[in-house]
Amino acid sequence: MPTTETIEQVKQRIEEVDPQEASEELAGDGVALIDTREAIEHREAHIEGGQLLPPTQVADGIEELVPDHSQRVLLYCASGNRSARAADELRELGYDNVASVAGGIKAWEAAGLPVIAPEGMSAEQRMRYSRHTLLPEVGTEGQLKLLNAKVLLLGAGGLGSPTALYLAAAGIGTLGIVDDDIVDESNLQRQVIHNTARVGQPKTESAKKAIEELNPDVNVVEHRTRLDASNIIGIIKDYDIVVDGADNFPTRYLLNDASVRLRKPVVSASILAFDGQISTFVPFEGPCYRCLYPTPPPPELAPSCGAAGVLGVMAGVMGLLQANEVIKLSADIGEPLVGRLLLYDSLGTRFTELKVRRDSECPICGPDAPEIPEAEMGKFPDYEAFCAG
Amino acid sequence: MSVKVKIPSQLRAATNGEGELEVEGGTVGEALDAVFDQHDGLRERITQDGDLRRFVNVYVSGEDIRFQDGLETAVADGDEVTILPAVAGG
Repeated sequence: MPTTETIEQVKQRIEEVDPQEASEELAGDGVALIDTREAIEHREAHIEGGQLLPPTQVADGIEELVPDHSQRVLLYCASGNRSARAADELRELGYDNVASVAGGIKAWEAAGLPVIAPEGMSAEQRMRYSRHTLLPEVGTEGQLKLLNAKVLLLGAGGLGSPTALYLAAAGIGTLGIVDDDIVDESNLQRQVIHNTARVGQPKTESAKKAIEELNPDVNVVEHRTRLDASNIIGIIKDYDIVVDGADNFPTRYLLNDASVRLRKPVVSASILAFDGQISTFVPFEGPCYRCLYPTPPPPELAPSCGAAGVLGVMAGVMGLLQANEVIKLSADIGEPLVGRLLLYDSLGTRFTELKVRRDSECPICGPDAPEIPEAEMGKFPDYEAFCAG
Repeated sequence: MSVKVKIPSQLRAATNGEGELEVEGGTVGEALDAVFDQHDGLRERITQDGDLRRFVNVYVSGEDIRFQDGLETAVADGDEVTILPAVAGG
Protein backbone atom coordinates (compact mmCIF):
# COMPACT_ATOMS: atom_id res chain seq x y z
CA MET A 1 0.00 0.00 0.00
CA PRO A 2 1.81 3.14 -1.07
CA THR A 3 1.51 5.72 1.67
CA THR A 4 3.89 8.26 0.17
CA GLU A 5 1.16 9.38 -2.19
CA THR A 6 -0.68 12.55 -1.33
CA ILE A 7 -4.21 12.20 -0.08
CA GLU A 8 -5.39 14.08 -3.18
CA GLN A 9 -3.89 11.37 -5.40
CA VAL A 10 -5.64 8.67 -3.39
CA LYS A 11 -8.95 10.51 -3.52
CA GLN A 12 -8.80 10.62 -7.32
CA ARG A 13 -9.05 6.83 -7.40
CA ILE A 14 -11.98 6.43 -5.05
CA GLU A 15 -15.60 7.53 -4.85
CA GLU A 16 -16.56 10.17 -2.31
CA VAL A 17 -20.07 11.00 -1.14
CA ASP A 18 -21.06 14.02 0.87
CA PRO A 19 -22.70 13.53 4.26
CA GLN A 20 -26.23 14.25 3.01
CA GLU A 21 -25.92 11.63 0.24
CA ALA A 22 -24.43 9.16 2.70
CA SER A 23 -27.31 9.74 5.07
CA GLU A 24 -29.85 9.06 2.32
CA GLU A 25 -28.07 5.86 1.30
CA LEU A 26 -27.92 4.68 4.89
CA ALA A 27 -31.67 5.15 5.24
CA GLY A 28 -32.06 2.35 2.67
CA ASP A 29 -31.06 -1.31 3.00
CA GLY A 30 -27.87 -3.20 2.28
CA VAL A 31 -25.34 -0.49 3.03
CA ALA A 32 -22.46 -1.30 5.38
CA LEU A 33 -21.07 1.65 7.32
CA ILE A 34 -17.48 1.39 8.56
CA ASP A 35 -15.78 3.77 11.00
CA THR A 36 -12.07 3.84 10.14
CA ARG A 37 -10.90 5.71 13.23
CA GLU A 38 -9.40 4.54 16.50
CA ALA A 39 -11.59 3.00 19.19
CA ILE A 40 -11.32 6.00 21.48
CA GLU A 41 -12.54 8.36 18.77
CA HIS A 42 -15.42 5.99 18.02
CA ARG A 43 -16.49 6.06 21.66
CA GLU A 44 -16.52 9.87 21.74
CA ALA A 45 -19.06 10.07 18.93
CA HIS A 46 -20.01 7.89 15.98
CA ILE A 47 -22.61 7.61 13.26
CA GLU A 48 -25.38 5.16 14.10
CA GLY A 49 -24.67 1.70 12.71
CA GLY A 50 -21.01 2.48 12.05
CA GLN A 51 -18.82 -0.57 12.72
CA LEU A 52 -15.36 0.16 14.02
CA LEU A 53 -12.40 -0.88 11.89
CA PRO A 54 -9.26 1.07 12.83
CA PRO A 55 -6.92 2.00 9.93
CA THR A 56 -4.32 -0.67 10.66
CA GLN A 57 -6.96 -3.41 10.73
CA VAL A 58 -8.82 -2.66 7.52
CA ALA A 59 -7.27 -5.43 5.41
CA ASP A 60 -7.59 -8.09 8.10
CA GLY A 61 -10.98 -7.15 9.48
CA ILE A 62 -13.12 -6.29 6.47
CA GLU A 63 -13.84 -9.89 5.40
CA GLU A 64 -15.58 -10.58 8.66
CA LEU A 65 -17.65 -7.42 8.62
CA VAL A 66 -18.44 -7.43 4.90
CA PRO A 67 -18.00 -10.90 3.34
CA ASP A 68 -19.76 -9.89 0.10
CA HIS A 69 -17.30 -7.93 -2.06
CA SER A 70 -20.10 -6.43 -4.10
CA GLN A 71 -21.97 -4.95 -1.13
CA ARG A 72 -22.18 -1.18 -0.91
CA VAL A 73 -19.72 0.04 1.74
CA LEU A 74 -19.50 3.57 3.11
CA LEU A 75 -16.42 4.49 5.11
CA TYR A 76 -15.94 7.47 7.37
CA CYS A 77 -13.32 8.86 9.72
CA ALA A 78 -12.80 12.23 11.43
CA SER A 79 -12.29 14.37 8.35
CA GLY A 80 -12.31 12.03 5.35
CA ASN A 81 -8.63 11.24 4.85
CA ARG A 82 -8.17 7.95 6.67
CA SER A 83 -11.45 6.71 5.19
CA ALA A 84 -10.25 7.66 1.71
CA ARG A 85 -7.11 5.57 2.16
CA ALA A 86 -9.19 2.71 3.56
CA ALA A 87 -11.55 2.93 0.55
CA ASP A 88 -8.54 2.66 -1.73
CA GLU A 89 -7.33 -0.35 0.24
CA LEU A 90 -10.73 -2.05 -0.08
CA ARG A 91 -10.76 -1.33 -3.81
CA GLU A 92 -7.45 -3.19 -4.10
CA LEU A 93 -8.90 -6.08 -2.07
CA GLY A 94 -11.65 -6.42 -4.66
CA TYR A 95 -14.50 -4.47 -3.12
CA ASP A 96 -16.07 -2.67 -6.03
CA ASN A 97 -18.83 -0.54 -4.51
CA VAL A 98 -17.01 1.49 -1.87
CA ALA A 99 -17.23 5.20 -1.05
CA SER A 100 -15.70 7.49 1.55
CA VAL A 101 -17.78 10.13 3.34
CA ALA A 102 -16.21 13.44 2.34
CA GLY A 103 -15.23 15.55 5.35
CA GLY A 104 -15.86 12.68 7.76
CA ILE A 105 -17.91 12.88 10.92
CA LYS A 106 -16.95 16.56 11.29
CA ALA A 107 -18.75 17.43 8.06
CA TRP A 108 -21.55 15.03 9.00
CA GLU A 109 -22.17 16.87 12.27
CA ALA A 110 -21.72 20.25 10.62
CA ALA A 111 -24.52 19.26 8.20
CA GLY A 112 -26.75 18.79 11.24
CA LEU A 113 -26.88 15.02 10.95
CA PRO A 114 -27.21 13.00 14.16
CA VAL A 115 -24.45 11.10 15.94
CA ILE A 116 -24.37 8.72 18.87
CA ALA A 117 -22.38 10.36 21.65
CA PRO A 118 -22.21 10.20 25.42
CA GLU A 119 -24.60 12.55 27.16
CA GLY A 120 -23.52 15.97 28.26
CA MET A 121 -21.44 17.52 25.49
CA SER A 122 -22.58 19.37 22.42
CA ALA A 123 -21.04 18.78 19.00
CA GLU A 124 -19.07 22.03 19.39
CA GLN A 125 -17.78 20.92 22.77
CA ARG A 126 -16.74 17.52 21.50
CA MET A 127 -14.74 19.27 18.79
CA ARG A 128 -13.29 21.94 21.07
CA TYR A 129 -12.15 19.48 23.73
CA SER A 130 -11.26 16.58 21.42
CA ARG A 131 -7.56 16.79 22.28
CA HIS A 132 -8.51 16.30 25.92
CA THR A 133 -11.08 13.57 25.37
CA LEU A 134 -8.63 11.65 23.20
CA LEU A 135 -6.44 11.24 26.27
CA PRO A 136 -7.62 8.01 27.90
CA GLU A 137 -6.94 9.52 31.35
CA VAL A 138 -9.34 12.38 30.65
CA GLY A 139 -11.91 11.10 28.16
CA THR A 140 -15.45 12.45 27.96
CA GLU A 141 -15.97 11.69 31.62
CA GLY A 142 -12.99 13.82 32.68
CA GLN A 143 -13.94 16.66 30.36
CA LEU A 144 -17.45 16.69 31.81
CA LYS A 145 -15.90 17.00 35.26
CA LEU A 146 -13.94 20.03 34.05
CA LEU A 147 -17.08 21.53 32.52
CA ASN A 148 -18.85 21.13 35.85
CA ALA A 149 -15.96 22.40 37.99
CA LYS A 150 -16.12 25.68 39.88
CA VAL A 151 -12.74 27.23 40.46
CA LEU A 152 -11.97 30.46 42.28
CA LEU A 153 -8.87 32.43 41.35
CA LEU A 154 -7.44 34.69 43.99
CA GLY A 155 -5.92 37.47 41.95
CA ALA A 156 -5.88 38.15 38.22
CA GLY A 157 -2.22 39.11 38.35
CA GLY A 158 1.07 37.46 37.48
CA LEU A 159 -0.11 34.00 38.53
CA GLY A 160 -3.85 34.34 37.99
CA SER A 161 -3.57 35.61 34.40
CA PRO A 162 -1.96 32.53 32.84
CA THR A 163 -3.91 30.23 35.16
CA ALA A 164 -7.22 31.78 34.11
CA LEU A 165 -6.44 31.64 30.39
CA TYR A 166 -5.51 27.97 30.41
CA LEU A 167 -8.30 26.91 32.73
CA ALA A 168 -10.73 28.76 30.48
CA ALA A 169 -9.29 27.04 27.42
CA ALA A 170 -9.58 23.70 29.22
CA GLY A 171 -13.29 24.29 29.72
CA ILE A 172 -13.51 24.80 33.48
CA GLY A 173 -17.23 25.57 33.75
CA THR A 174 -17.17 28.35 36.31
CA LEU A 175 -14.22 30.62 36.95
CA GLY A 176 -14.55 33.10 39.80
CA ILE A 177 -11.97 35.87 39.96
CA VAL A 178 -11.27 37.93 43.06
CA ASP A 179 -9.37 41.15 42.45
CA ASP A 180 -10.03 44.76 43.39
CA ASP A 181 -7.22 46.21 41.30
CA ILE A 182 -7.25 47.91 37.91
CA VAL A 183 -5.02 47.08 34.96
CA ASP A 184 -1.81 49.08 35.00
CA GLU A 185 0.80 49.34 32.26
CA SER A 186 3.40 47.79 34.55
CA ASN A 187 1.22 44.64 34.79
CA LEU A 188 1.37 43.81 31.12
CA GLN A 189 4.90 42.34 31.17
CA ARG A 190 3.43 39.21 32.79
CA GLN A 191 -0.33 39.54 33.27
CA VAL A 192 -1.15 38.19 29.84
CA ILE A 193 -4.91 38.05 30.26
CA HIS A 194 -5.00 41.87 30.13
CA ASN A 195 -3.89 44.05 27.24
CA THR A 196 -2.86 47.56 26.35
CA ALA A 197 -6.36 48.65 25.35
CA ARG A 198 -7.74 47.63 28.74
CA VAL A 199 -5.29 49.61 30.89
CA GLY A 200 -7.37 51.40 33.50
CA GLN A 201 -10.18 48.82 33.53
CA PRO A 202 -10.91 46.65 36.56
CA LYS A 203 -8.86 43.47 36.32
CA THR A 204 -11.89 41.23 36.83
CA GLU A 205 -13.67 42.92 33.93
CA SER A 206 -10.62 42.72 31.67
CA ALA A 207 -10.11 39.04 32.54
CA LYS A 208 -13.78 38.27 31.90
CA LYS A 209 -13.55 39.79 28.45
CA ALA A 210 -10.46 37.79 27.54
CA ILE A 211 -11.98 34.54 28.83
CA GLU A 212 -15.27 35.04 27.01
CA GLU A 213 -13.43 35.64 23.77
CA LEU A 214 -11.41 32.49 24.29
CA ASN A 215 -14.17 30.16 25.41
CA PRO A 216 -17.86 31.05 25.66
CA ASP A 217 -18.49 27.84 27.65
CA VAL A 218 -16.97 29.43 30.73
CA ASN A 219 -19.15 31.26 33.20
CA VAL A 220 -16.98 34.03 34.67
CA VAL A 221 -17.95 35.40 38.06
CA GLU A 222 -16.39 38.73 38.99
CA HIS A 223 -15.64 39.39 42.64
CA ARG A 224 -14.37 42.95 42.44
CA THR A 225 -13.31 43.14 46.05
CA ARG A 226 -10.45 42.36 48.40
CA LEU A 227 -10.81 39.19 50.43
CA ASP A 228 -11.12 39.88 54.12
CA ALA A 229 -12.40 38.14 57.20
CA SER A 230 -15.92 39.47 56.66
CA ASN A 231 -16.44 38.23 53.09
CA ILE A 232 -14.20 35.22 52.59
CA ILE A 233 -16.59 32.46 53.65
CA GLY A 234 -19.37 33.80 51.45
CA ILE A 235 -17.07 34.03 48.45
CA ILE A 236 -15.26 30.71 48.63
CA LYS A 237 -18.03 28.43 49.88
CA ASP A 238 -19.57 27.74 46.46
CA TYR A 239 -16.31 26.80 44.73
CA ASP A 240 -14.68 23.37 44.48
CA ILE A 241 -11.07 24.54 44.34
CA VAL A 242 -9.33 27.80 45.21
CA VAL A 243 -6.20 28.96 43.40
CA ASP A 244 -4.05 31.22 45.53
CA GLY A 245 -2.14 33.83 43.58
CA ALA A 246 -2.52 36.55 46.21
CA ASP A 247 0.18 39.18 46.51
CA ASN A 248 0.21 39.54 50.29
CA PHE A 249 0.53 37.46 53.46
CA PRO A 250 -2.65 38.50 55.30
CA THR A 251 -4.77 37.16 52.41
CA ARG A 252 -2.72 33.96 52.18
CA TYR A 253 -3.14 33.14 55.90
CA LEU A 254 -6.80 34.13 55.88
CA LEU A 255 -7.46 31.95 52.83
CA ASN A 256 -5.69 29.02 54.44
CA ASP A 257 -7.66 29.22 57.62
CA ALA A 258 -10.99 29.64 55.83
CA SER A 259 -10.29 26.88 53.33
CA VAL A 260 -9.36 24.43 56.10
CA ARG A 261 -12.63 25.25 57.86
CA LEU A 262 -14.60 24.66 54.67
CA ARG A 263 -12.35 21.78 53.55
CA LYS A 264 -11.61 23.34 50.19
CA PRO A 265 -8.43 22.35 48.37
CA VAL A 266 -6.08 25.25 47.62
CA VAL A 267 -3.48 25.31 44.87
CA SER A 268 -1.00 27.81 46.20
CA ALA A 269 1.91 29.43 44.41
CA SER A 270 4.06 32.47 45.02
CA ILE A 271 6.66 34.27 42.99
CA LEU A 272 9.47 36.73 43.48
CA ALA A 273 12.33 37.77 41.22
CA PHE A 274 13.43 34.58 39.41
CA ASP A 275 12.01 32.06 41.89
CA GLY A 276 8.64 30.44 42.34
CA GLN A 277 7.13 27.92 44.72
CA ILE A 278 3.98 25.84 44.49
CA SER A 279 2.11 23.28 46.55
CA THR A 280 -1.40 21.88 46.78
CA PHE A 281 -3.09 21.94 50.16
CA VAL A 282 -5.93 19.47 50.64
CA PRO A 283 -7.26 19.98 54.17
CA PHE A 284 -6.76 17.00 56.50
CA GLU A 285 -5.37 14.86 53.69
CA GLY A 286 -2.08 16.71 53.61
CA PRO A 287 -0.48 19.69 55.31
CA CYS A 288 -1.95 23.19 55.16
CA TYR A 289 -0.18 26.48 54.46
CA ARG A 290 0.43 27.01 58.18
CA CYS A 291 1.99 23.56 58.54
CA LEU A 292 4.48 24.75 55.96
CA TYR A 293 4.87 28.33 57.19
CA PRO A 294 3.69 28.66 60.80
CA THR A 295 4.26 32.42 60.78
CA PRO A 296 4.78 35.05 58.08
CA PRO A 297 8.08 36.90 57.78
CA PRO A 298 8.20 40.47 59.04
CA PRO A 299 7.34 43.02 56.34
CA GLU A 300 10.99 44.11 55.90
CA LEU A 301 11.90 40.56 54.88
CA ALA A 302 8.92 40.10 52.62
CA PRO A 303 9.55 42.21 49.54
CA SER A 304 6.79 42.43 46.97
CA CYS A 305 7.16 41.98 43.23
CA GLY A 306 6.51 45.71 42.98
CA ALA A 307 9.60 46.38 45.08
CA ALA A 308 11.91 43.54 44.04
CA GLY A 309 10.84 42.82 40.47
CA VAL A 310 9.71 39.53 38.94
CA LEU A 311 10.50 37.72 35.71
CA GLY A 312 7.25 37.64 33.75
CA VAL A 313 7.92 34.29 32.12
CA MET A 314 8.63 32.70 35.50
CA ALA A 315 5.23 33.91 36.71
CA GLY A 316 3.72 32.24 33.66
CA VAL A 317 5.44 28.93 34.39
CA MET A 318 4.18 28.94 37.97
CA GLY A 319 0.65 29.97 36.97
CA LEU A 320 0.49 27.10 34.51
CA LEU A 321 1.76 24.64 37.10
CA GLN A 322 -1.18 25.82 39.20
CA ALA A 323 -3.57 25.32 36.28
CA ASN A 324 -2.16 21.83 35.83
CA GLU A 325 -2.90 21.03 39.47
CA VAL A 326 -6.45 22.33 39.10
CA ILE A 327 -7.07 20.14 36.06
CA LYS A 328 -5.82 17.05 37.89
CA LEU A 329 -7.88 17.75 40.99
CA SER A 330 -10.99 18.49 38.91
CA ALA A 331 -10.71 15.44 36.67
CA ASP A 332 -9.44 13.30 39.52
CA ILE A 333 -6.35 12.12 37.69
CA GLY A 334 -2.62 12.01 38.35
CA GLU A 335 -0.75 12.83 41.49
CA PRO A 336 -1.33 16.27 42.97
CA LEU A 337 1.38 18.22 44.79
CA VAL A 338 -0.02 17.29 48.18
CA GLY A 339 2.67 17.18 50.85
CA ARG A 340 5.21 18.43 48.35
CA LEU A 341 6.58 21.90 47.71
CA LEU A 342 8.04 22.42 44.28
CA LEU A 343 10.58 25.21 43.82
CA TYR A 344 11.41 26.61 40.40
CA ASP A 345 14.63 28.54 39.91
CA SER A 346 14.24 30.10 36.49
CA LEU A 347 17.81 31.42 36.29
CA GLY A 348 19.27 27.96 36.79
CA THR A 349 16.29 26.20 35.18
CA ARG A 350 16.14 23.88 38.17
CA PHE A 351 13.23 22.31 39.98
CA THR A 352 13.65 21.22 43.60
CA GLU A 353 11.04 19.16 45.43
CA LEU A 354 10.76 19.46 49.21
CA LYS A 355 8.65 17.37 51.53
CA VAL A 356 5.95 19.17 53.51
CA ARG A 357 4.53 17.34 56.51
CA ARG A 358 1.41 17.92 58.52
CA ASP A 359 2.44 19.71 61.68
CA SER A 360 1.04 18.06 64.81
CA GLU A 361 1.15 21.49 66.42
CA CYS A 362 -0.65 23.28 63.59
CA PRO A 363 -3.19 25.62 65.19
CA ILE A 364 -5.51 25.26 62.21
CA CYS A 365 -5.44 21.63 61.03
CA GLY A 366 -3.49 19.85 63.80
CA PRO A 367 -5.12 17.36 66.19
CA ASP A 368 -5.31 20.01 68.91
CA ALA A 369 -6.81 22.68 66.69
CA PRO A 370 -10.05 23.94 68.22
CA GLU A 371 -13.35 22.88 66.67
CA ILE A 372 -15.03 25.85 65.06
CA PRO A 373 -18.75 25.99 65.84
CA GLU A 374 -21.04 26.85 62.93
CA ALA A 375 -21.80 30.30 64.36
CA GLU A 376 -18.09 31.13 64.52
CA MET A 377 -17.33 29.88 61.01
CA GLY A 378 -17.03 33.35 59.51
CA LYS A 379 -15.12 34.93 62.40
CA PHE A 380 -11.41 35.34 61.95
CA PRO A 381 -8.67 37.19 63.78
CA ASP A 382 -7.10 40.30 62.33
CA TYR A 383 -4.65 38.98 59.77
CA GLU A 384 -3.22 42.39 58.96
CA ALA A 385 -2.08 42.66 62.56
CA PHE A 386 -0.88 39.04 62.63
CA CYS A 387 1.22 39.55 59.52
CA ALA A 388 2.62 42.85 60.72
CA GLY A 389 4.22 40.83 63.54
CA MET B 1 31.55 17.36 55.31
CA SER B 2 31.16 19.63 52.32
CA VAL B 3 27.59 20.77 51.81
CA LYS B 4 25.88 23.11 49.39
CA VAL B 5 23.72 25.85 50.94
CA LYS B 6 21.09 27.39 48.67
CA ILE B 7 20.10 30.98 49.32
CA PRO B 8 16.72 32.28 48.08
CA SER B 9 16.40 35.47 46.01
CA GLN B 10 15.17 37.70 48.81
CA LEU B 11 18.19 36.92 51.02
CA ARG B 12 20.85 37.28 48.36
CA ALA B 13 21.40 40.94 49.19
CA ALA B 14 23.15 39.57 52.28
CA THR B 15 25.40 37.22 50.27
CA ASN B 16 26.56 39.67 47.60
CA GLY B 17 24.11 38.07 45.22
CA GLU B 18 25.42 34.53 45.66
CA GLY B 19 22.70 31.89 45.42
CA GLU B 20 24.74 28.85 46.37
CA LEU B 21 27.58 28.47 48.86
CA GLU B 22 29.83 25.48 49.42
CA VAL B 23 30.75 25.13 53.12
CA GLU B 24 32.02 22.60 55.66
CA GLY B 25 30.01 21.30 58.62
CA GLY B 26 28.69 18.14 60.26
CA THR B 27 25.28 19.55 61.19
CA VAL B 28 22.92 22.11 59.69
CA GLY B 29 23.90 24.54 62.47
CA GLU B 30 27.59 24.17 61.69
CA ALA B 31 26.99 24.61 57.98
CA LEU B 32 24.95 27.76 58.61
CA ASP B 33 27.62 29.12 60.96
CA ALA B 34 30.15 28.63 58.19
CA VAL B 35 27.85 30.61 55.88
CA PHE B 36 27.49 33.38 58.48
CA ASP B 37 31.28 33.54 58.82
CA GLN B 38 31.38 34.55 55.16
CA HIS B 39 28.26 36.72 55.18
CA ASP B 40 27.53 38.03 58.63
CA GLY B 41 24.48 39.99 57.49
CA LEU B 42 22.59 36.75 56.88
CA ARG B 43 22.81 35.67 60.52
CA GLU B 44 20.17 38.02 61.91
CA ARG B 45 18.00 37.55 58.87
CA ILE B 46 17.41 33.89 59.58
CA THR B 47 18.34 33.29 63.21
CA GLN B 48 17.52 34.89 66.54
CA ASP B 49 19.38 34.08 69.77
CA GLY B 50 20.99 31.10 68.08
CA ASP B 51 17.72 29.56 66.87
CA LEU B 52 16.15 29.62 63.45
CA ARG B 53 13.51 32.32 63.14
CA ARG B 54 10.07 30.79 62.90
CA PHE B 55 9.29 32.05 59.43
CA VAL B 56 12.40 30.46 57.92
CA ASN B 57 12.30 26.84 56.78
CA VAL B 58 15.48 24.85 56.27
CA TYR B 59 15.57 21.60 54.35
CA VAL B 60 18.28 18.98 54.05
CA SER B 61 17.94 16.84 50.97
CA GLY B 62 14.26 17.71 50.67
CA GLU B 63 13.31 17.16 54.35
CA ASP B 64 12.32 19.96 56.76
CA ILE B 65 14.74 20.03 59.72
CA ARG B 66 11.86 21.07 62.01
CA PHE B 67 10.69 17.47 61.74
CA GLN B 68 14.21 16.12 62.32
CA ASP B 69 16.72 17.43 64.85
CA GLY B 70 16.51 21.13 64.04
CA LEU B 71 19.90 22.78 63.75
CA GLU B 72 21.46 19.59 65.16
CA THR B 73 20.31 17.63 62.09
CA ALA B 74 23.33 15.83 60.67
CA VAL B 75 24.46 16.56 57.12
CA ALA B 76 26.33 14.17 54.88
CA ASP B 77 28.96 15.01 52.33
CA GLY B 78 27.29 16.47 49.22
CA ASP B 79 23.98 17.24 50.94
CA GLU B 80 21.96 20.25 49.84
CA VAL B 81 20.73 22.64 52.50
CA THR B 82 17.89 24.86 51.25
CA ILE B 83 16.92 28.01 53.13
CA LEU B 84 13.34 28.94 52.36
CA PRO B 85 11.31 31.85 53.68
CA ALA B 86 7.65 32.23 52.77
CA VAL B 87 7.02 34.42 49.72
CA ALA B 88 3.74 36.20 49.05
CA GLY B 89 4.23 37.58 45.54
CA GLY B 90 1.54 36.78 43.03
